[in-house]
Amino acid sequence: MSLLEGRTGDWEIVIGLEIHAQVTSKSKLFSGASTEFGAEPNTQVSLVDAAMPGMLPVINERAVEQAVRTGLGLNAQINLVSIFDRKNYFYPDLPQGYQISQFLDPVVGKGEIEIDLADGTSRTIGITRLHLEQDAGKSIHDQDPRKTLIDLNRSGVALMEIVSEPDMRSAEEAGAYVTKIRSIVRYLGTCDGNMQEGSLRADVNVSVRKPGGELGTRSEIKNVNSIRFIREAIDYEARRQIEIIEDGGTVDQETRLFDPDRGETRSMRSKEESHDYRYFPDPDLLPLELEQSWVDAIRESLPELPDEKKHRFMGEYGLSVDDAAQLIAERETAEYFEAVAEGRDPKIAANWVTGELFGALNRTDTDLSASTVSADMLGKLVDLISDGTLSNRLAKEVFEIMFETGDDPEKIVEERGMKQVTDTGAIEAAVDDAIAAGAAQVEQYKGGNEKILGWFVGQVMKATQGKANPQAVNEILRKKLDG
Amino acid sequence: MTTPTDFTIAEARDALDSGAVSARELAEAHIAAMDAARNLNAFITETPDRALADADASDARRAKGEALGALDGIPLAIKDLFCTEGVMTTAASHILEGFVPPYESTVSGNLQAAGSVMLGKTNLDEFAMGSSNETSYFGNVENPWRRDGDNRPLVPGGSSGGAAAAVSGRLCLGATGTDTGGSIRQPAAFCGIVGMKPTYGRCSRWGVVAFASSLDQAGPMTRSVRDSAILLGGMAGFDPKDSTSADMALPDFEAAIDGGVKGLRVGIPAEYAVEGMNPEIAALWDQGKAWLKDAGAELVDISLPHTKYALPAYYIIAPAEASSNLARYDGVRYGQREEGSDLTELYENTRAAGFGIEVRRRILIGTYVLSAGYYDAYYLKAQKVRALIARDFTQAYEKCDVILTPTTPGPAFAAGEKSDDPIAMYLNDVLTVPASLAGLPAISVPAGLSGEGLPLGLHLIGKAFDEETMFRAAQALENAARFDARPAKR
Repeated sequence: MSLLEGRTGDWEIVIGLEIHAQVTSKSKLFSGASTEFGAEPNTQVSLVDAAMPGMLPVINERAVEQAVRTGLGLNAQINLVSIFDRKNYFYPDLPQGYQISQFLDPVVGKGEIEIDLADGTSRTIGITRLHLEQDAGKSIHDQDPRKTLIDLNRSGVALMEIVSEPDMRSAEEAGAYVTKIRSIVRYLGTCDGNMQEGSLRADVNVSVRKPGGELGTRSEIKNVNSIRFIREAIDYEARRQIEIIEDGGTVDQETRLFDPDRGETRSMRSKEESHDYRYFPDPDLLPLELEQSWVDAIRESLPELPDEKKHRFMGEYGLSVDDAAQLIAERETAEYFEAVAEGRDPKIAANWVTGELFGALNRTDTDLSASTVSADMLGKLVDLISDGTLSNRLAKEVFEIMFETGDDPEKIVEERGMKQVTDTGAIEAAVDDAIAAGAAQVEQYKGGNEKILGWFVGQVMKATQGKANPQAVNEILRKKLDG
Repeated sequence: MTTPTDFTIAEARDALDSGAVSARELAEAHIAAMDAARNLNAFITETPDRALADADASDARRAKGEALGALDGIPLAIKDLFCTEGVMTTAASHILEGFVPPYESTVSGNLQAAGSVMLGKTNLDEFAMGSSNETSYFGNVENPWRRDGDNRPLVPGGSSGGAAAAVSGRLCLGATGTDTGGSIRQPAAFCGIVGMKPTYGRCSRWGVVAFASSLDQAGPMTRSVRDSAILLGGMAGFDPKDSTSADMALPDFEAAIDGGVKGLRVGIPAEYAVEGMNPEIAALWDQGKAWLKDAGAELVDISLPHTKYALPAYYIIAPAEASSNLARYDGVRYGQREEGSDLTELYENTRAAGFGIEVRRRILIGTYVLSAGYYDAYYLKAQKVRALIARDFTQAYEKCDVILTPTTPGPAFAAGEKSDDPIAMYLNDVLTVPASLAGLPAISVPAGLSGEGLPLGLHLIGKAFDEETMFRAAQALENAARFDARPAKR
């Protein structure tokens, strides 16, 4: 548990998240209009989405399937009967004057997932529920000095609202939770997880309390759209609340917004101003009834999920939690790793993927799918290390060339003569040269300066253009100097 | 030959088939009748040009031997709650004045596809909220009937008052109505015609301006039971665009009507014999029982114990749904807009100017009963009552096949007589609302005249999706009643 220190002692942060994840589906939750991102404003709006008189919603079976798939991915209860309700409020980007959502009877009930923390530990976080609902349109306030413009393309798009239990205790845990949810939905193909485009965004509930004490009053920070902002918003908000309480004040239950430019949260509306949504079952829709066999068929079709994969990598390959968690974050990465590890030492494979490869990809801001180094090529490189052709140092050089040129490692080694020299005769000659040239250094060594050995190694490497097998160099050096 | 405007739909069909009359002649006769009866204010929008074009197309089909069926060439009026492509659709509200839908409701589209001729859009209570057609932004509709020796205008009932007046006044051969708590059956009774509400789910609600989604149901308004069956056949059918539409085969309703009532068990609910019932209505009910018994039916005493809670439950559920359904009329995308200095003012100004007093009253009631802290006491309780009422009917139908009651507590009243007293007005629906809450088919058949010479209706309630048995009983009532009185003013 990570605590925040205040003037009056330590404070515990309590965090719960509501994640809104846009369902990957061709058409909207209750209409046939397209969900494609980036179209011209108001070009993907059906009569239903615009709430024309007499229009009626018809549920998109694909969206329901995606919600159930996600629920199964969250190890959650699937409710065979669920109900769509109307959440009533007025806003210009909400054409119906109500959002069709699920209130008392959501399609998915309780579940749980594991989150992975930087210190190599894991925690279980409870899922309260997942329900389906319509997205609203978009209000654009900055295109006209006097008018608000409305784009209804997003109006009616299917969202999954994934509600967590208030189980998180730090900004890091909240970040790890969103990372894991994002990873799960991307594995499942139920949401593209694109936070920049708003496909995945979170409402963050934050309160503080004395460790183990009564829950404090929470504030809800709306629509935060990056993991970094979620962490920043939580840290700011927790500090703000602690300050209020320590100054003798009380925290207001309210809705707040996070301003990423100033790194602070600001009040949006208080509890008194909060809407009475007048939820009631939507009479245009019958209760949603699912067949157990249909749910079972979806369960059968699920891929191996991140947490399962993580445990398998730890068990099967003997990887650390940290390495395993890094490798399973994206399905593609995990597949890449497994291809490299196939028939090879998995730990060495993991080191190369999380070390050199991730480093190079990060440095060049490249996606794994665009990497010039294929899993097959990286595997060959590992083979060249294992069979002694390359030292680790040489292999790193070869990797850089591979990453730059996309060439095969064997070809690089061949063409550039980068093979490690293991021929002891050649190494011995170079060692002899070095000893002959360094009388003073030999004296120092004999005087007990072990560190001077590095100077001899350097000389030998220079003479062999770095290709000498470092182990062999060391052995021969010691034998000759000690002998 | 019968005057074309006096035809029933069945007679007109035969006359068209035999070549005795053309669709154009039928349309022209009705357009002339509409011109002559403007004072009834039965229509909000007349579409004579469209009617003549439809009629000519029908005649052309018939000439080629490609007539589409019973409704091909039949001039009909469409309640102005059905969205009609390219023809203004208002729901009788200022807020939708000038709104021209780019789409056609499924029901009116079905009638179009059957070759019928559209004469225009009939007047109604604003958003179908009312029992007298006095809440229309486009003015009251007059009932074509008058009390004997009294020329004061009477209400046609509501909300399908324009449709009832148009059918009764011979301005069309049939009309579409919609019924939420009695909006087809009550005006049918007041105007001396047949009004039928099908089982909930029989007719698609797609493209019908919504009042209370769980209750709204389109149905036919005609001058005979046979016409009712014919017109229903043209309107009904499964529609995948309406999630509450029933995916069931459509029976041949017309073929069912002559089956007779021999051995049919007709339930007589004790609870409908309310104390202080208008003696004329009580006598008419007794007459109805006698007619059915004489025709071979068996009368069965039944009990529908939760009947007295139906009206209060209805006046919670219907406004609750309406308050949400009408939220979309906000002045942002279509219809009337009254500008304001900010968003809240735009909403307030638009809705204050756009909605009439009865609509505002129901939005307020509906908003109240759904509010936090009141939901359980009102809306949830009303839903439980609704379930009990439905159970009452299920249990009653173990003992009977169809239920007979009066349609209304009394005959048509004068304009203004009840408009200041919402409760007195709401009581008009007391006999029709239970079937609405249970989603059951029901029909009002003109069965006699009051002492003042006004039509009175008998009401039959059928089992869910058993319109055929209900039509059989209705035809028996019609045969026995021989209702041939005609309105004074037409």
